[in-house]
Parts: sequence; C-alpha cells; structure tokens
Amino acid sequence: MALRGLGRRISIGKRCFSSASEVEKRPRDGKQINLFSAINQALHIALETDSRAYVFGEDVGFGGVFRCTTGLADRFGRNRVFNTPLCEQGIAGFAIGLAAMGNRAIAEIQFADYIYPAFDQIVNEAAKFRYRSGNQFNCGGLTIRSPYGAVGHGGHYHSQSPEAFFCHVPGLKVVIPRSPQQAKGLLLACIRDPNPVVFFEPKWLYRLAVEEVPERDYMLPLSQAEVIRQGSDITLVGWGAQLSVLERACDEAAKDGISCELIDLRTLIPWDKETVEASVRKTGRLLVSHEAPVTGGFGAEISASIAERCFLRHGLQLEAPVARICGLDTPFPLVYEPFYMPTKNKVLDAIKATVNY
Amino acid sequence: MSIRHQTKANKEGQGEKPHLDFFLFLPHLLDLFSLLHSTMGLWSVRSRLAHHLGQKMAYLGALQRRSWPLVSFLQLWNPRPSELVGGLSSNPINRCSDRRFASIKAETSAAAMDDRCRYQVMDFPGGKVMFIPEMRFLAESPGERISCYRVLDDDGQTISGSSFQEVSKEIALKMYSDMVTLQIMDTIFYEAQRQGRISFYLTSIGEEAINVASAAALTINDIVFPQYREPGVLLWRGFTLQEFANQCFGNKSDYGKGRQMPIHYGSNRLNYFTVSSPIATQIPHAVGAAYSLKMDKKHACAVTYFGDGGTSEGDFHAALNFAAVMEVPIIFFCRNNGWAISTPTTEQFRSDGAVIRGQAYGLRSIRVDGNDALAVYSAVHAAREMAIRESRPILVEALTYRVGHHSTSDDSTKYRPVDEIEHWRTARDPVSRYRKWIERNGWLCDDAESELRSNVRKELLHAIQVAEKMEKPPLAELFTDVYDQVPSNLHEQERLLRETIKQHNGDYPPEVPV
Repeated sequence: MALRGLGRRISIGKRCFSSASEVEKRPRDGKQINLFSAINQALHIALETDSRAYVFGEDVGFGGVFRCTTGLADRFGRNRVFNTPLCEQGIAGFAIGLAAMGNRAIAEIQFADYIYPAFDQIVNEAAKFRYRSGNQFNCGGLTIRSPYGAVGHGGHYHSQSPEAFFCHVPGLKVVIPRSPQQAKGLLLACIRDPNPVVFFEPKWLYRLAVEEVPERDYMLPLSQAEVIRQGSDITLVGWGAQLSVLERACDEAAKDGISCELIDLRTLIPWDKETVEASVRKTGRLLVSHEAPVTGGFGAEISASIAERCFLRHGLQLEAPVARICGLDTPFPLVYEPFYMPTKNKVLDAIKATVNY
Repeated sequence: MSIRHQTKANKEGQGEKPHLDFFLFLPHLLDLFSLLHSTMGLWSVRSRLAHHLGQKMAYLGALQRRSWPLVSFLQLWNPRPSELVGGLSSNPINRCSDRRFASIKAETSAAAMDDRCRYQVMDFPGGKVMFIPEMRFLAESPGERISCYRVLDDDGQTISGSSFQEVSKEIALKMYSDMVTLQIMDTIFYEAQRQGRISFYLTSIGEEAINVASAAALTINDIVFPQYREPGVLLWRGFTLQEFANQCFGNKSDYGKGRQMPIHYGSNRLNYFTVSSPIATQIPHAVGAAYSLKMDKKHACAVTYFGDGGTSEGDFHAALNFAAVMEVPIIFFCRNNGWAISTPTTEQFRSDGAVIRGQAYGLRSIRVDGNDALAVYSAVHAAREMAIRESRPILVEALTYRVGHHSTSDDSTKYRPVDEIEHWRTARDPVSRYRKWIERNGWLCDDAESELRSNVRKELLHAIQVAEKMEKPPLAELFTDVYDQVPSNLHEQERLLRETIKQHNGDYPPEVPV
C-alpha cells in the first residue's frame, strides 16, 4: 500500500532532463518524508544506538551532496562523522579495517559510478575476510552505501547501476530499497547485519519519493523479497526505482484484464528464491526489469534460476520464456536516456506479449 | 628503557662521520671555484672534486652542469627566511639544495635577498605561500639519498656514536632464538614443498632481523597487518611451529580451516590479521584499525608491513594519505628488499626508496638498516612511542635483501646473479651479525647455539609429521563463514554436492572427511 501511495504521488509520467519538481505532500498520520531524509533518520539512529558506529566518505561532513548525512557531524562530532580524502579505494580499505576492529563502519561512495576503485577491496578483502580467516576475523560491521541509477540527466557517470558486479561475489550482501519507508528499515538492518553489505540508494527517489515513515527505530528483514501486489497472470520482479515503473505498468495491464503480481526483491544477494519461485508457480510467467544493461544483469540470474526451478514442476510449468526489460547494452547515454530506459510501455508490451505467448 | 650512546672508541675508519665538519669546509671551496671559473684548470678541479663531493653534498650536482652561475658564498650559505617555514628540515643540506636551481641571473649582492622579503605572501587554502619572481622547479630528488640508521657494523660491533634502545639479555636472546627458528623453519618448509608435501611456501631469508626485531619492539596489543613475508612477527608473539605447520598443510587444526594456500597465517589471539595474497590491500585496513584504537583510547598502535613493490600500489598511497589526515597511531613498515619477484627497485620507482615519500604525505619517516636487528628494534620502538603519544603515522623503511626466491614458484637465479645472492646470504646475514653482538656480550656460547638449532629442527620435523598425518577439515567447512550464517543457496549447493560425491566418490580427495 505504501507503494501505491507512492505511485499516486510521484508525477513522473516520463523522465525529464531537468530535475523534477518536488512532489506535493498530503497530510497523513505519520511523518511524510523523502528518501534522503529517511536515510538520514536511519543514520541518526544508527549512530545514536551504537557509540562505535562511524559515518564517513567524501563530503559527508557538511551533509553530503544528496543531504543524506545532514546534521550528523553536528550531533555526533567530527570524530564519528567525517570527510575522507577523495579516494574510493582508501575509503573502502579504511572502512574494512575499522569494521574488522568491531566497529560499524558506514562508508559512503558518492556515486555508484565511482565505486570501481574500491572493487578490489570490496571483492578480494571485505567479501572474503571472514572466510579466509576461518572466522577468526570478520568485517561484518561494514556497510557501503552509494547513490545509484538514472536521474534524468546523469549520463555515463552519474547514472550507473553496478549491482550485478557485486551480486557475483560470495560473502557480500547487496540491498536496494524502493522507497523511504523501506530504505530506513533496510539500511538499519544492513548496518546491524554481521556481514559486509553494499546498499544502493536510487538517487532518482531522493527527493521525489515521499512516504509516511515511522520515526522510531525499526528494521526490515534482509534476504526477504516482498510481494507488494498480488496477481495471478504474471510475476514481475524488480528493485529500487524500477518498482514504480513496474507498478504503473501493472495498473495499465489491469485495465486490459491482466492480473500482475509484483515483487520487490530488496536483497539481491543472497536473494529470496523461494518467494519468487512460489509466485511463478502460481502465475506461470515471469518478467524481470532493471535499469542496468540487460546482458549479464542480475535479471539473467533470476531468469536462469527460475527457469531451472519452475520449468516443469508440480504439474505447473513456465508458460512463456522469462522476459527481461532492462537497459540497453551501451554506456548510459545522456540525450538518449529516454530510449535507453526500461520504460512503462516497454514493460507493458512485454507483459502482454508474455501473457499472450 | 634508556637510549644508549656508544662512546667506546672504535677502530679508525669505522662508522659514520657526521657531515658537519665537512660542510663547514665546503663554502670556502666554492669561493675558490668562483675564482677559477674562467680558467681551464677549473674543469679538472671540478671534475675530481665534484665527483668526491657530489657523493656527499646535495647541491654539488649543479657543479656538473655547464652553466653554473657565479653564486656568492653568502647566497649559498644563508637560507631565505621563508624557506624555513612550513616544516623544512633544519638540515643545512636541504637548505642549500633549494639553491640548486637558482635563477640564471647572476646575483652577487645580499641586497637582492632583502628584496625577496618584501614580496607578497598570499593566503591560499592550506596556508600562506610566498611568491617568487623566479621560475623554480623543485628538483626530482634532493641529490643525496636519505641516510640509513645503523647501530651494528657488519661485524656485529656497535658503531661508535650510535644511539639505540637498550635490550635486556632476555629479550636479546629471545630475538636471537626466534631469528634462528625462523631461518630453520624456512629451510625445512621450503624443502617440504620441494618434496611435494606442501603445495607452496615462501621464505623470509635475509629478513629475519626485520621480522623479529620489529616484533620485539611492539607489544601484543599492537595490531599487525602483514603482507606475507612476516611470519617472524607471529613467531615472536607465540605462534607455535605446530600452528605454522597446520596452516601449511591445511589440516583440521588450521585456524584458517584449510581455505587458503600455505603461509597465509592469521591469529586473532595474537592480533595478527590473516594474510591475503593481494599486495598492499592490508595497508588501508591498518589505518582503519589505527583509527579504532585512537577512538577507543587504547595505548597501542597498528603496524602494517609491505615490500618495495607494495609501495607502488594505489592502496599504499591511499593509506598514507588517510593516515596523515586522520592522525592515527600507525607504523608503516616497508621491507625494501630490492626485489618484487623479478622486478628490481630501479624498475619499481624512481624516488629514493619509500622513505622519501613519507614527507610527501605529511608523515615522519626513517630509513634503517634492515639487517641490523638493534637498529630495527630501536627504530620501531621509537616509532611506536611517537605514533601512540602523538597519534601520528610513522613510515619506517628497512633496507635489506631478499635472499630467497620470491617463492617456491620462482627461481631467482634467472634474473639476478648467483654471487649477489650468495654475498647477501653469507656476508650480510642479519642473524650471524646479531649473533656476534650477543656473543660479545657473553650471552651466548657455541653449545647453546647448536642445541638451539637441533631442538628447533627436531620440533619442526615432528610438527610437520603430525600436521601431515592429520585429516583435513570436514566438507561442511567449505560452506561455512561465507556469511555469519549459511544461507539457503549454500545449503542447497551442499546438498547437491553431497549427492554428486555419492555418485562419483573417486573424484574427491579422501583426506577431506565428508
């Protein structure tokens, strides 16, 4: 229901090049806040409840380029919330060492597009820290958060969705929230999870997504997908900002009498195969959608896994090939962004094609 | 512990002479040069003297250039006040080296210097900087290499005038014993690999003083982030030969649960983080750990080791920079052993080793003779104190030589001369050099020496036997510790694997219990 509310509020229609206007807020029972505020609340709570939690990264001191870290340095001091030099491999390495000493190291990578210098540290060190030491050591207190995804005008280096690279690394968790209320609970869960986590925040939603978010300390479970809309004809799976696109596609498909079941994966690894499988056994059809390029994207993993598990099982079978509506296999373009993106109509066409297969 | 100054008279010619007396003499020489500048005789004088002096004095490099300007004694000798701002060392050599590329306009009056004081100073972000009208490039090197701190000469005798941290007899003997143990351990494990009993090994031969003396200067509360050529640090802290052997054989007593290649030791009990193969990745970890120590107000520091090759990795630069900015208690210990597998330092960097880079990042640094156990001990002792007391990073570069091959997968005679290796193995052996010092103190006799060696050998061979016979960790350990809990996908994969094993038992090694 939260997402339906979200869908009504966001006047996206089609992605604009200029930054979209703020969504109008409706007075409700709880507090209506946007995504960066929800993230900010989660960080405040994380630092409040654990004196050995630290937040750091480029420009986090003044509040961060997306305002996610506003007020933290003032409240908790520059020893716990601080800027780092401009060096992602340093941020990641430093964070691993801090976490290895039993602290909660909440590192920010300013844009997911810049996470690659940290890739060696994340893959070769963080992900393997516990395993290689025989559980003598671990860096479970590590959380790396990073804005990702299309923003309307980001081009090659402010729009990437690199989640697939990290999903290929045993030992890591990859979590992506779809909305403010989800983000706060998931981020707190990630911070407190005793495993290194990469948390991608859909930057498109930082200001645009506004939702009622409880002010209290709460967590949402990791590795649990959420069925946010029940349906019987086809299962749609996505994460992050793409959920709102999928939701609008579902609404339109409903007009044609197609009943869609919509699943937010939330944790990409380890991912909740059981929930998706149960859904596809019911509907017999699957469509996966993500912004990242289709080839080698995480949709491929979901598609292959479900095909293995649901091809023919318990009398039910996959009625149609798994559809993937994703980004193109190009670097993320600027003026061509509307063509590149997996839009509502692309999804809708695929829903119809799959249902009529 | 007190700093001890060696004041005993030594044989003439031994030890280092301070620069100072020579330096006082030099400016007069330069006046002489000015006079002779226009004569042909200058060239021969310059060439002979310049060669000799050039080895000692930074700015004499300029003498070798054809267009050396007439520079007065006064200019060379008196630094401009601004050059002493901002942490330039008081070392007169450095002051003069700034003059190396002085203006090509001849300036012969001291009045010109006064003019400079009237030049503008601007407050850029980062502090005041003085403007100068001359275009002046900072030299790519100071001309003279950073000196190397040494206490024992090649004969194991303390050098006259040297200052070093005193060591008790007990510590000194433990240091010696551990250095010998390391040597024997390396020899025997290397052989074991050659015999096919373990899959891989790498030795620390030539670096025993670095390993053991640095460890001896630390406390057990100092957190160690090794590269991979520092098992002596573990040894010092109490890792047993059996524990070493268990890891090399990957048996069920290996703390690493058989997951990594041999020599990838780790011990949380001994505050020694598990070795990982990638180079230099541990360096920024140590900075994060040091930050933790600082925040928790522990009286301890982080220490991280790496080789000359490791200083080329981005993680090295990232870490030093972070450490300086965060002001953390950490010792960066560079084992400059001349080789990164087959790559000599001339192909690794063009700076004067690693020590010179400290200043670039705002770190205090020191170069030390890595084959001199007392020098290493003293330097690390002092570095640790500074690091903790002032919460600052210190860079220690120990010059040494990698006597062994890079690993059992390497044959270094393919890229370096055998006689060079032999020279360093014998004449420059840190263990025998240190032994001479111990013997001079009357702390060791030949009987004790041979008894030590034979005991270590026996114990090690026994440990290997035990380790070899022991079974490997059970199959279940393949799937644990990827995460804190085994996730469902791994439960599934284990289930499928076990089915496969039942079907194709012969495909799998019997030493791993299923």
